[in-house]
Amino acid sequence: MNDVHVSSLADVASNHASKKQPGTAVLGTGLEARGVHAWFGKKHVLEDISLDFFPGTVTALIGPSGCGKSTFIRILNRMHEFIPTAALAGEVLLEGKDIYESGTDVTKIRLRIGMVFQKPNPFPSMTIKENVLSGLRLAQLKVSGEDELLESCLRRAGLWEEVKDRLGEYGGALSGGQQQRLCIARSLAVNPQVLLMDEPCSALDPGSTLRIEETIRELSSTMTIVIVTHNMQQAARVSDYTGFFLSDGGPGRLIESAPTSQIFSNPKEKRTEDYVTGRFG
Amino acid sequence: MSTSIAPQVLPEKPWRPTFKRVLPDLFGALLTAVSTVLIVAVTPLKGKLGFSLTLIAMALVFSVLISGVRKDKKAAFNSVSTVFVYIAATFVLIPLFSILYEIYSRGVGALTWGIFTKDMSLSSADAPVSEGGLLHAIIGTLYLVAIATIISAPIGLLTALYIVEVKGRAAGLVRFFVQAMSGVPSIVAGLFIYAVWMIGLGNSYNAGAGAAALAILMIPTVARTSEEVLRLIPPDLREAGLALGATQWRTVAMIILPAARSGLITAIILGIARVAGETAPLLLTIGGADAINLNPFSGNSSALPYYVWKNLSLGNPESIERAWAGVMVLMLLVFIFFTLARYFSGKRTGR
Ligand SMILES: Nc1ncnc2c1ncn2[C@@H]1O[C@H](COP(=O)(O)OP(=O)(O)O)[C@@H](O)[C@H]1O
Ligand SMILES: [Mg+2]
Repeated sequence: MNDVHVSSLADVASNHASKKQPGTAVLGTGLEARGVHAWFGKKHVLEDISLDFFPGTVTALIGPSGCGKSTFIRILNRMHEFIPTAALAGEVLLEGKDIYESGTDVTKIRLRIGMVFQKPNPFPSMTIKENVLSGLRLAQLKVSGEDELLESCLRRAGLWEEVKDRLGEYGGALSGGQQQRLCIARSLAVNPQVLLMDEPCSALDPGSTLRIEETIRELSSTMTIVIVTHNMQQAARVSDYTGFFLSDGGPGRLIESAPTSQIFSNPKEKRTEDYVTGRFG
Repeated sequence: MSTSIAPQVLPEKPWRPTFKRVLPDLFGALLTAVSTVLIVAVTPLKGKLGFSLTLIAMALVFSVLISGVRKDKKAAFNSVSTVFVYIAATFVLIPLFSILYEIYSRGVGALTWGIFTKDMSLSSADAPVSEGGLLHAIIGTLYLVAIATIISAPIGLLTALYIVEVKGRAAGLVRFFVQAMSGVPSIVAGLFIYAVWMIGLGNSYNAGAGAAALAILMIPTVARTSEEVLRLIPPDLREAGLALGATQWRTVAMIILPAARSGLITAIILGIARVAGETAPLLLTIGGADAINLNPFSGNSSALPYYVWKNLSLGNPESIERAWAGVMVLMLLVFIFFTLARYFSGKRTGR
């Protein structure tokens, strides 16, 4: 990433010049992290992260490996608690309500905040169609018009044309990029308000990456998207806002968060500038 | 429409060995065989041992020579390990095939249609083998295996799920006990049922008691194998299920179990293989019978291993022949069952 200029990334970032402003979309009040800390055992890995995710926008989380991006994104839909040593402090508000409040139905939270993982992981025992609709079965939701839902999810994930004639085949028979779009379609079927993506393109070829970026842009008009990425151009291409995480050996901190064009053209912090221009990380 | 005439290309499989390519190997095998026969004929090396040692030595010499001449020193060394691998495989297969051959040659004489349709209730032990049959033992074994599987498959599977998926507080302890249980001698399982179920609670011999004893032996096999199978399921499948808003139970039922299906069926098959031929626990629990008993929960019952044991201990030539036929039928039964289970487990799996 050494050949990247601040200015060129800033150009990319201002190209899709987001006209969206915080709170202008009428999709709910979005997702907010307030004073979030995280630990694994005694190890403090995230310190005092406060970050707002605005409805109908894409927020990119960037930063070197090990600074806690995955931990943070997993905190946002309560996947963090599956690690036995994990601990947490702070609040995560969805439409103003803390998702960690006692008495909250965790499975309902995860239905509203979907997740796409780094490695494509379609369910191997299910066909393409069953994979897309698996969320409904898993959460025991009833819908009328499954076929329409199937088609619309696959269309929104940019996969319909490629698989419409082979819906009965197993998900594992698709290419890596198609599998990842299948996983996106699978997340969409339960109609989440927020979609979290942890390095969704890092296992994919450039062509598939572009397809998924297009998909993200299209989805962002109807939902809130948070994407972790190691690829600066990707952050510049798809996101409206960017948060830069860094750990100096201790817990990871949010160094700076701002509209993406600003992060890439005139960041406030020297460390942000050094990172986005490829001087370290 | 393009009119250019492209040369027609046919699909080939260039990785398949052709006759021309295996010719040097065939030549080597021929040289090995001929030289071994000659050496055994002209030198004092005699008997099966002398023959096999000479054969191994000649196989080594010629494979090294041929690959050394055709390729290089590295290939020559490589061929030494190849020869040893083949020799090791042969040594594993020899006992297996000689057992199979022995069973076949001794049992096939008594193997008539009649033994599958009749029991021993009307024939005495020293009656010719053409009289009577072992249908009662087949039915007994089917009952025993079926009931033992019905008991131990769910218990074994749930134990494995508790250890791997629930990761409950007592998982380590449960795991330890399952391991300890798999070391229980089979006669002890039989004694346990005999002491508790029969002497303690006053029940009498029947196939159900025998199946309970077999289940004690089968549960640890099913549990341990299922545990290994479940550990192989990638953790991101679990996370993907949970991230879709599923409960842990739904994730296990809809994603983990289907993904592990063929492995779990294998675990059950291994459990059946463990108990189908067990004799000792049955001696104490099923009582033995010469007639068909269709009620597994009342009255004495027979089983194939029991039938073999009883006929061997009777000792007259006819009953010994019956015993071998019983061994053969037992092996056939297990083989048929495995084939069916493999077929059904392979029917619908992804990737
Ligand atoms: N399951 C875990 N147990 C213990 N430590 C962990 C675990 N997962 C991550 N960590 C630690 O937490 C820190 C943040 O990791 P992560 O969130 O994966 O970073 P990133 O995604 O930014 O690369 C790292 O120091 C990592 O070693
Ligand atoms: Mg990560």
